[in-house]
Amino acid sequence: MADHARSTPAASAARAERPLSLPRVMGLLYASRIRSQASFRTSFVADVLGQMLVVGTEFLELWVILSQVGVLGGMALTQVAVVYGLGALAFGLADLFFGEIDGLSTMVRSGKLETLLIRPLPVLLQISSMDLSLRRLGRILVGLSTYVIALVVAGFSPTPLTLLLALTAPLAGAAVFAALLTTAGAMQFWLVDGREFANAFTYGGNYVATNPGAVFPLPLRAFFTFVVPATLIAYAPTLTLLDLPGPALIPAWSGWLGVPAGILTWTLASLLWRAGVRRYTGAGG
Amino acid sequence: MITSPTSTTDSPAAAGDAPAVVLDALRRDFAVRSRRPGSLRRERRTVRAVDDLTLTVRRGEAVGFVGANGAGKSTTIKMMTGILRPTSGSVSVLGREPVPERRHLAREIGVVFGQRSQLWWDLPLRESYRILAAMHRLTDSARERRLERLVEGLGLEEFLDRPVRQLSLGQRMRGEVAAALLHSPALVVLDEPTIGLDMVSKEGLRRFLQEDRAERGTTLFLTTHDMGDVERLCERIAVVNHGSVAFDGTITAFREHLDSPRELIVDLAEPRETLALPAGAATDAVEAEGIRHRIRFSGTALTVPALLEAIGAQASIRDLALTEPAIEDLVRQVYARGKEPARGAGPGDEPDQGPDRA
Repeated sequence: MADHARSTPAASAARAERPLSLPRVMGLLYASRIRSQASFRTSFVADVLGQMLVVGTEFLELWVILSQVGVLGGMALTQVAVVYGLGALAFGLADLFFGEIDGLSTMVRSGKLETLLIRPLPVLLQISSMDLSLRRLGRILVGLSTYVIALVVAGFSPTPLTLLLALTAPLAGAAVFAALLTTAGAMQFWLVDGREFANAFTYGGNYVATNPGAVFPLPLRAFFTFVVPATLIAYAPTLTLLDLPGPALIPAWSGWLGVPAGILTWTLASLLWRAGVRRYTGAGG
Repeated sequence: MITSPTSTTDSPAAAGDAPAVVLDALRRDFAVRSRRPGSLRRERRTVRAVDDLTLTVRRGEAVGFVGANGAGKSTTIKMMTGILRPTSGSVSVLGREPVPERRHLAREIGVVFGQRSQLWWDLPLRESYRILAAMHRLTDSARERRLERLVEGLGLEEFLDRPVRQLSLGQRMRGEVAAALLHSPALVVLDEPTIGLDMVSKEGLRRFLQEDRAERGTTLFLTTHDMGDVERLCERIAVVNHGSVAFDGTITAFREHLDSPRELIVDLAEPRETLALPAGAATDAVEAEGIRHRIRFSGTALTVPALLEAIGAQASIRDLALTEPAIEDLVRQVYARGKEPARGAGPGDEPDQGPDRA
């Protein structure tokens, strides 16, 4: 290639040997972050336990409510637990990889973003690997165990199709959350102090996702289904998995909409992110 | 605008056809919003950071890009590296357009921002290089080979396994330079690489940058407040003032162009009260009862041998010293002669020499 001929002999010789593929590069980056954090073992364990406690307390809140009213949004405790576990698992996964992106405005102000722009890797991937924080495993662990145990207790009887849904739902949900986090981050290219505004959508979305969608009044339910598709992350798949009827606007079959919602939100998020980077190079912070 | 022939530099022939850097009528405006006291509406005004800047750097050249704070140096570098889009005019770096080809260009240039780190704060230095090498898709063997040279040349061995946050400023800067050179870039852009460094660290850094350039034929583009950097590393100097190039040429031409008086100090064998000097030279002071004569002369009107010959005809010279004008003073003169004298170099615009903690 012409550009290789133009670079220095050492560099082109190195590239001729065996160029690394992008997934391998990302693997190396994540591995290096994990190594560095795992080396502080005590603080790592304390961090994870701390996060598990926080997430566990959130669930306790739901448990207290349900012990008083018995049924919440047409769901009993075990069914609510499935929603909660699935939502927490999806959010935990997204937060692990994209949790720090809401600090973008800080990076813009400190000039850190400029050092990312002069590297040959997409900025979004760099931020993702830069801030991979293992303490977030706490939420994932709580979410995963709640999800699995609650499914079993609630009497989930898997068919091949619903088993596939049970496995893909956390990933699709994570994709939707990750897209929301990225959107919130990208918005900060315009709103320099937009962190709180952006968090309203991501953490607000997380709150909605971990509750039965039927408890929300219709306009709110519509917003968190069609604009910010939070109800499609955990509530709708739970309806499908446990064969429950859905409320207005969220029929049981909408449990299958997780993957399309993930694709759609990611398309929009990446377009917004690109526009944000373009705005940054145009305006210069 | 003051211009000077730029053909005085003979750059080593380097690979590639396109020049390293071509800036053509480059302009960059920033919108600044400010609130007047007592008013709720914010005012928007445009500040021109880079104004009609034209500069070509051939492959293999080393150019010192100097100017006061706010002269437009950093903005120019940001446009060269694809961080900022020009308002008008064009930039081409290694034959590429920086903004649309930013990531591609990133593989061929190495950038050191003296005041921001591109290392991982909590990781050992070695680990930062592993990550950067992965981003540049270097193989393990290519990385090890290059790193070996950098570790040796920059003296990184003793702190290679220490987390970056524990390094001293001098150690970290050496680490930053190694990070920028890891992928063997064809163009190295250094923005204030020696700011805040002590003399020993500065010297080590300059020596290695020179060595690496000699070995690989790299193009060097350097902004600095430290004229020592320019004198040691560059054969060409471009002075930027109010966003455009106020001078471009060799350092020697720069001195001559400004025609600042040089000073010759001669110690005579026999005391003498006066010396008859040719036109263009004048005695500044006579010291030590007629032994030491301080003579000011113009570098363009008179050569040193001619002056010495004139003095030698009258008295025998025991010792002599020749002082060169400091480049800082020369840059200040360029500013004073700048095209917008009303906004000329005030005290706030003076080049900040940075703390020299020797």
